Amino acid sequence: MRRGRLIGAVGAGAFCLMALAPFAWLVLTSFKTQLEVTAIPPTLWPGGSLEFYRSALSRYGLMHFVLNSLVVAGGTTVCTLCLGVGAAYALARLRVPGRPWLMGGLLLVSMFPQISLAGPIWRILQAVGWLNSYQGLIIPYVTLTLPLAVWILTSYFSELPRELEEAAMLDGCGRLGALLRVILPLAGPGVFTAAILVFIYAWNEFFFALLIMTRRTVQTLPVGIALFQGQFTMPWGEIAAASTVATAPLVALVFLFQRRIVSGLSAGAIKG
Amino acid sequence: MAGLAPRRGERLLAWGLLLPCLAAVCAFAFWPIVYSFVLSLHRIVLSLPGLGEPFVGLENYAQLLGEPTARASAATTLIFVAVSTLLEVGLGTLMALALDKSFRGRGLVRAAVLVPWAIPTVVASQMWRFILNDRYGLLNWLVFGDQVGAYRAWLAEPGWALAAVIGADVWKTSAFAALIVLAGLQTIPRELNEAAALDGAGPWQRFRHLTLPLVLPALAVALVFRTMDAFRVFDLVFVMTQGGPADATNVLQFYGYKKMFAEGFLGYGSAVSVMVFVMVLAVSLIYLRLVGRRLLRGDAR
Repeated sequence: MRRGRLIGAVGAGAFCLMALAPFAWLVLTSFKTQLEVTAIPPTLWPGGSLEFYRSALSRYGLMHFVLNSLVVAGGTTVCTLCLGVGAAYALARLRVPGRPWLMGGLLLVSMFPQISLAGPIWRILQAVGWLNSYQGLIIPYVTLTLPLAVWILTSYFSELPRELEEAAMLDGCGRLGALLRVILPLAGPGVFTAAILVFIYAWNEFFFALLIMTRRTVQTLPVGIALFQGQFTMPWGEIAAASTVATAPLVALVFLFQRRIVSGLSAGAIKG
Repeated sequence: MAGLAPRRGERLLAWGLLLPCLAAVCAFAFWPIVYSFVLSLHRIVLSLPGLGEPFVGLENYAQLLGEPTARASAATTLIFVAVSTLLEVGLGTLMALALDKSFRGRGLVRAAVLVPWAIPTVVASQMWRFILNDRYGLLNWLVFGDQVGAYRAWLAEPGWALAAVIGADVWKTSAFAALIVLAGLQTIPRELNEAAALDGAGPWQRFRHLTLPLVLPALAVALVFRTMDAFRVFDLVFVMTQGGPADATNVLQFYGYKKMFAEGFLGYGSAVSVMVFVMVLAVSLIYLRLVGRRLLRGDAR
């Protein structure tokens, strides 16, 4: 058993290195100077210059992208949770005919390839004039994150004992009151887990953001970073700086809440 | 009669809660799929609105089947899906086996392994593009050292470019496969393993005859989830290679995107998108057959 533990630790160490080393290289690059970035052999340890952060902010409009991403990812998370909590509660606790079909249908949505939705969604948004608008991006995101949120929340809701609501309803709460006053606070961790996963999805999504946000001023971070273009050379340093900014909140989320993320993903993937 | 009123109220509440969610999903997921199929039966060229949008039946599909680039793109997609999925599930299983052992700092390791999964794919793509850069890339230096003359432009050679995109995908998503397999592993009671060890079964025998059969359902889930996701690869290709060099990384999702939005052939591009949908649907039907019944039964657990 002790040998197994050793092998596990060594293997885990190797996987950590594999996972973190390339990303660490990107972060290191963001703190270099232009000379250090293009040096051969590569500069292994940067001098700690903030030159690229400054120019990403001033010349490439990094702050716009950050704000747009915050609005879109935040908006998506709030809307998805509002719709998802209700739907999941109904599916977990109320008598809904065709429940397996509804759950299965939602699961199917999370498997649709984006390209199959792209043309029609683009046309719908164009028709109502919502290309290049926040709601034009948030609405498709809400649709695409709802299935995951509903599956996670349903599995959390059905684990809470029914007696809780019955007691609340005896005390004079309606169904809705019981949901809001009793169930929701108890399912808080589940709601929070769903929120993290939805936020990460919306923060990272690229395909629809690229199609819908063609104007530079409304683009989100991934689109901004993908389209970073210098006049003659690739601005690697600025890309690295912007990438570090885009990734920092996610890495923080992962290290703070890895347990929740793991449980949420397996609720979304294995049970759902 | 007294019992009926609350029940009707309950049903109303249920639909009231479900309806917004169902409406959103129908309007922006199911309807677009149908609409995509409708579009694919018309000739629509966005740059030539004067042509109108005539109904042309299956013409777009006929053109699709006859187009060498489309066939090559389908082949590239299948190679990408097969190779990346197998590598991811294989590597993910190894990761899961390592993470299943208890050791100090396991939470930290689990978080570290999750980092590639969490970072935006666009960021991962730019990161690999920089590491693979022909002049200042880290890889060239690691492989060739100071012999600058030998440096290669990895993303400019067809074989290497596809390998690079696959490698980046494996780096990014193996952790996801690992999590699913890990969840499966943790349902296996530890005593089983210990009993088998007492009976003299070696580590390999225990893995082969005990762990593997029990973790097989989780493996199947990981396999199918990764397969469907691999069909959707886009960000990596868009940033790392733009489908090139010489269409070597032109996967279907990118091909369809280029036809529709760069060249403006909305009808033809829709035919491509319907084909991708049918392929993914086929995989998900296999999935439903394998594990679906367990999932859709009764409560979600």
